[in-house]
Amino acid sequence: MELFMSLTIGVLFAVGVYLILSKSLLRIILGTSLLTQGVHLLLLTMSRLKTGAPPLLGEKADAYVDPLPQALILTSIVISFGVTSFFFVLAYKAYQKLGTDNMEELRGDEHE
Amino acid sequence: MSLLHAAILLPFILAVGIPLLSSLLRSAHTGWFVLPGPALLFAYFLSRIPAVQEGQSITAAVRWIPSLGIDFTVYLDGLGLLFALLITGLGSLVVLYSIFYLDKSKEAVDRFYVYLLLFMGAMLGVVISDNLMVLYGFWEFTSISSFLLIAFWHRRERSRYGALKSMLITVFGGFAMLAGFILLYLMTGTFSIREIIGQADAIANHALLLPAMLLILLGAFTKSAQFPFHIWLPDAMEAPTPVSAYLHSATMVKAGLYLVARFSPVFAGGAEWFWLVSGFGLFSLVYGSYRAIKQTDLKALLAFSTVSQLGLIMSLLGFGSAAAYYSGTGDYQLYAAAIAAAVFHLINHAIFKGALFMVAGIVDHETGTRDIRKLGGLMAFMPVTFSAALIGAFSLAGLPPFNGFLSKEMFFRAALQMLRMDIWNMQTWSVLFPVVAWTGSVFTFLYSMLLLFRTFTGKLQPDKLEKKPHEAPLGMLLPPLVLGLLAVVFGLFPNLLAYTLIEPAVASILPRELSAAGKFKVDIYFWHGWTAELFMTIAIVAAGTILYKLYRRLTVLNRPLLRRISLNAAYDGGLRSLEMASQRLTNAYMTGSVRRYLIYILTFFIVALGLTMIGSDAFRFDTSGYADMSAYEAAVAAALILAAVAVPFARSRLTAIILTGAVGYMVTLFFVLFRAPDLALTQMIVETVSVTLFLLCFYHLPKLRREKLNVRFKLTHVLISAGVGILVTLIALSASGSRAFDSISDYYLAESYNSAGGRNVVNVILVDFRGFDTLLEIMVLGIASLGIYALIKLGADSGAGGLQTPAPRPAKQTSIRLPASNDVILRTVSKGAITIILFYSWYLFYAGHHNPGGGFIGGLLTASALVLMSMAFGMKLSTRILPVDFRRVMALGLLVALLTGIGSFAFDAPFLSHAYDYFDLPLLGEIGLATAVLFDLGVYLAVVGVTMTIIYTIGRDI
Repeated sequence: MELFMSLTIGVLFAVGVYLILSKSLLRIILGTSLLTQGVHLLLLTMSRLKTGAPPLLGEKADAYVDPLPQALILTSIVISFGVTSFFFVLAYKAYQKLGTDNMEELRGDEHE
Repeated sequence: MSLLHAAILLPFILAVGIPLLSSLLRSAHTGWFVLPGPALLFAYFLSRIPAVQEGQSITAAVRWIPSLGIDFTVYLDGLGLLFALLITGLGSLVVLYSIFYLDKSKEAVDRFYVYLLLFMGAMLGVVISDNLMVLYGFWEFTSISSFLLIAFWHRRERSRYGALKSMLITVFGGFAMLAGFILLYLMTGTFSIREIIGQADAIANHALLLPAMLLILLGAFTKSAQFPFHIWLPDAMEAPTPVSAYLHSATMVKAGLYLVARFSPVFAGGAEWFWLVSGFGLFSLVYGSYRAIKQTDLKALLAFSTVSQLGLIMSLLGFGSAAAYYSGTGDYQLYAAAIAAAVFHLINHAIFKGALFMVAGIVDHETGTRDIRKLGGLMAFMPVTFSAALIGAFSLAGLPPFNGFLSKEMFFRAALQMLRMDIWNMQTWSVLFPVVAWTGSVFTFLYSMLLLFRTFTGKLQPDKLEKKPHEAPLGMLLPPLVLGLLAVVFGLFPNLLAYTLIEPAVASILPRELSAAGKFKVDIYFWHGWTAELFMTIAIVAAGTILYKLYRRLTVLNRPLLRRISLNAAYDGGLRSLEMASQRLTNAYMTGSVRRYLIYILTFFIVALGLTMIGSDAFRFDTSGYADMSAYEAAVAAALILAAVAVPFARSRLTAIILTGAVGYMVTLFFVLFRAPDLALTQMIVETVSVTLFLLCFYHLPKLRREKLNVRFKLTHVLISAGVGILVTLIALSASGSRAFDSISDYYLAESYNSAGGRNVVNVILVDFRGFDTLLEIMVLGIASLGIYALIKLGADSGAGGLQTPAPRPAKQTSIRLPASNDVILRTVSKGAITIILFYSWYLFYAGHHNPGGGFIGGLLTASALVLMSMAFGMKLSTRILPVDFRRVMALGLLVALLTGIGSFAFDAPFLSHAYDYFDLPLLGEIGLATAVLFDLGVYLAVVGVTMTIIYTIGRDI
């Protein structure tokens, strides 16, 4: 399972990076979104998969899965939601103001 | 903490308080509030004299970074006390002087005093600290405050130039000194100056001693403006005159002398130290005095004079270092007299040069110019100023009966003593010492007389002056007169200083010699007979007078030296070419293309991380503990990979967004599979809200274009992406294969119920164990939402961004228009759905502590219910149904969370400690209530507020 997951994570990262390197703002934002998913899965995989019951003590199980990455990921999901929203609005406003969403055309001044 | 610490901190505290105080009492000049500070400190240090005189030193330590050997240790001995008295005494006079020099209504006096106080505190710190790192910190602080003070009139280009120059040169020296300190630490294992001095014998033959010496001397020479680093001092004269009098003649530039004196016990006794300190000192003495003759600006003349006088004291410290070699023999007292002369001249120089700078300030203030070609005949208008100038200039020239005469005689005696040295090649060179000393003193005599007589005698040139000259106000005259009086008093009664200040200071500079011979004798006599040094002084007066008469005719005296080739040109040119080179280097890779930068970053990421992993042999794959895998899971993974890979190929925005959404939902499924119910819930809701947001935002963005790239570019991108992907895969494999140390998760699992009263460990970690993280996290969210709000609302005033391209508004529609046919069904269904979702979200919020759920999930679900409402009924109607300002809700949530945290202070517990208990409530049965729930409520409110602020802001704009 870990092997397969690692592969999945690798694909998510590769596609995310490829999208980030493109010109269009929308693709870049989608790329960061995919990267975030990759990171979440990476965190989860690192702590070993399916080693026990969900970390709810009411389950009365012998072993629980690691709760720490879950807490980290939960934080990350919410934060990335905020950040992605910000990106969107930034992209949207940039397009509205400048009339393009092409990164190559969004360069600053030569002497800025 | 001791009184000494308080003494260092007092100016800093005053610096903070002064602007507040002066804004309360606007009518008075800020200087009057500052004045008691240094005066009080001066009195305090005076009261320490008897104790220090008896050989006691005062030590106190405050632990700071004990693990690195860095503590705020203060140490007051003779040398430190002498400097502390100079700093606070002259500081008081300068503050008094500046009250009349700086016009309250025209200048930013508050800022001036803040900088001045910062300097005073830092300088006290330099001379009282025992720890090298603390000393270094204060040392650089003096450079910075000097920079700020030189650039006080920052609208003048010359001021900024001078400030930058002084900063670059002194900070460069400071860095060298820091390196020297670290070398000392490597040799001795301590940062304490006293302990290093204690080990001086042990490290005398250490290989690192010479580099350390050179580096520390570099720091001292740059700070004390010794040739060739003196070039910053004349440019520093752009500062207001009180600053020049204080920092650039009396105190800061003497920090280098302090450093040399302080480290004499460590380094003295060797040929290198002797030759470097004496050599640079003597050369600066002659060079500075020669250059001073050529100056036409009063302050520039005084600046070069300071270079020369500092050189004199420096060379005396060098002469005196021979005493360490002759330690234990009968000769040492003769060499040690040079150190006494250095200390005495240090005091005298501060007195007469301070007076002269203040006189120059008065002349500038009352006539509007400092150019001696325009001045003359001022004696009749400013008799009091003239008196002060006369005393100062005669003392500087070394004429009796002023204090400068005595120390100059002692300087000659020390130089003549050098003739008797027969070590370190001195047999060959020693004859140069008295000759150079005498030549420098002739020049000194000459420029002192030029300064005095060309300003105050001769013909008045009223047409060249900006103002009609008149005497300065009493407050401005008082400080130079006090200094002039001191010059006379110390000239006539030098023994007032001999055993109070000079002997204790000498004792700190030559501690080993004294322990052998008991007390050091300081003999200063006003009349010392017809000695060789007296004849030298007479010859100086004769030669100086002749040169004065010939001054106008000899171009070698009154023309600038070497116009083209100069150290300043080298400095300017060097700085310019450095700037150009770095500009060229930067332009070579900073092309303005963000993608190019990303490629740099990612390539570095791949190479650095890959090499580190290979280097540390971290790629280990241990498949033994891997979890098994069902076909269902394989299918989910395959779907995820397919969706992800398809995104770059999507032709329309909508497809790309939906594919990304699909990836998100697949990840949700994985969360379910991997026993993470909280994550699955959160991810699901976030994904839903996100997709709504995506679609909302990209309604108007242009169609996705096929990326038209040449193959080479595309190949690079594919290679980099593949590299990252492969690397991350390998890292994921090796990370899940091995574990370097035990996880802390077991603690959370064990303590979640016992200490925090919650069964949902993830939620307990979020709200309790790591509550602080969560608090900051919701703040970040709040900031993001406010950022979005600002982007949209503030950007609305068009042109605010100053963008050149006129924006073609792509929008054809200005509001969300949902397809009409769906309206009725959607509305009917949503009424029920919204209610259910809302109640379910509250259940999730409450259940969170024991079961999946919590503030984040509850908040997001509530928000999605509200989003559904506004979609079904329109933005207008829903704001009417729910007239809430969601930014307030967010603020309220943050406040609740913060107050919960602060509340624990009331129970004497650290920030964000939680308590819990179980209660029997009617109907609901036994119920656990924890303060963590209150915190979670804050999270809930903040998340609802943030999400709705984002959605509403965007929705309204589009």
